[in-house]
Amino acid sequence: MITIDNLHKSFGKLQVLSGVSLDFGRPGIYAILGPNGSGKTTLIKSILGMSIPDKGQIRFQGEDIRGRWDYRRQIDYLPQIARFPDNLRVSELLDMIQDIRGEKPQALGRLIEMFGLQPFLDKRLGNLSGGTRQKVNLVQAFMYDSPVLILDEPTSGLDPVALIRLKALLLEEKAKGKLLLATTHIMNFVEEMADEVVFLLEGRIHFRGSVDSLKREYRENNLERAIARILQGEQGFSANGHSQEAARMARSYEL
Amino acid sequence: MLKILKYSFFDLMRSRWAYIYTAFFLLFTLSLFWLSGGLSKVIISLMNVILVLAPLIATMFGVMYYYNSREFSELLLSQPIRRTHIFLGQYLGLALSLSASLLLGVGLPFALYGIFGSPEIWNFMMLLVVGIFLSFIFSAIAFFIALRNENRIKGFGLAILVWLFFAVIYDGIFLLALSLFSDYPLENLAIGASMFNPIDLSRVLILLKLDISALMGYTGAVIQKFLGAAPGMVVSLAVLSAWVLLPALGIRRLAARKDF
Repeated sequence: MITIDNLHKSFGKLQVLSGVSLDFGRPGIYAILGPNGSGKTTLIKSILGMSIPDKGQIRFQGEDIRGRWDYRRQIDYLPQIARFPDNLRVSELLDMIQDIRGEKPQALGRLIEMFGLQPFLDKRLGNLSGGTRQKVNLVQAFMYDSPVLILDEPTSGLDPVALIRLKALLLEEKAKGKLLLATTHIMNFVEEMADEVVFLLEGRIHFRGSVDSLKREYRENNLERAIARILQGEQGFSANGHSQEAARMARSYEL
Repeated sequence: MLKILKYSFFDLMRSRWAYIYTAFFLLFTLSLFWLSGGLSKVIISLMNVILVLAPLIATMFGVMYYYNSREFSELLLSQPIRRTHIFLGQYLGLALSLSASLLLGVGLPFALYGIFGSPEIWNFMMLLVVGIFLSFIFSAIAFFIALRNENRIKGFGLAILVWLFFAVIYDGIFLLALSLFSDYPLENLAIGASMFNPIDLSRVLILLKLDISALMGYTGAVIQKFLGAAPGMVVSLAVLSAWVLLPALGIRRLAARKDF
């Protein structure tokens, strides 16, 4: 559905993405991992057309997205920071998004009930707590039935009940055959939910595969440790910059 | 674009600052009436306040509004809508809400004191038109500056500097130039110089309409002499429109290519 080809992006002197090629062909939940500043958010924003790449191409269902906007009708997006106009009411915000998209949401009523937002509909967004705003954020992201969902740190600020509901919701969307991309730092969430992991480091793809294959490759039972291994490897072998290769070499040497 | 405009306008009209801005004009205009009484006197006193305050408030609101709605703009950018429409819509919503505050705050007292049916009505209209022009011009400049600068403090400082330049510094430089080169014919220079400052231009426009030569100043007198009152007004209005259009086009250009 989404094909990324040799994507480069720099902000001034800072090279954020240097040659990322990815192909999200099959539906499922993909976790995009990496330390702060590794280019996760820039990658997501490039897919959404918010950042304009210096080099490379992104294709959505076969078509180059450069300079286009109508393809976003098929993407739902959950921004990392849930901040909305302070003086609009919750219901007005949801109306606004419907107004812009020009279509009726399929799951609005159910979502409002699911996250218990009924009593807040007439409240102004500026008066809501951070967690409640994140729930509003979730409702706006999930209320349409688009084939692609992009989630930037979906778990931030949620209470356990809401978190369980979110996970159920994600599995439900996956079962419908959707493509879900999520960035996160919560490894439990990745182990539980992700079908595939994309690990970014210094603007390159460092690893791509299932959670199990990542654990196998770095010979750890625990995902958190496996990730730590990648990061330490990078420090140790930063001269050639390909720790995956280095790790493989080290392993064959041991054998 | 109209959809974004509509919601921006509603959001802003309900903000605390919009209430304060409206209330200030309401109280100020009422107290002017209470102190002086005559419609034309109030128009002149109000002119000086609007010429300084409308650009200042528009500048501050413009920068603040852009930076405050940054995260929300990102959500809008992910929606199936053109980038340029988002930011032009937000700008127009802001400029219209500022104009509405001005219109309400100044308009209500004048209506109360019987501006309708008075011969002063056209002078009063000119005052409102100029105030609205200044709101549109300076909020566009501020929005443009905020779009260009990711750093809030830098953006805010720069925008205030632009206001200070047009409201205060420009006149200082202009007067200095006049006294330094007083031996030369400066009429064309004076006309040209006032065209490059929307605040000066607005002042000239109101004074041409009021036809008070004592208050007109050098540029006013020159424009009246060389262009005559009516063509002078047409030229001034056209230049003011260009002052709105130019930064608005700048917003459009930046919105099309900026990374968020």
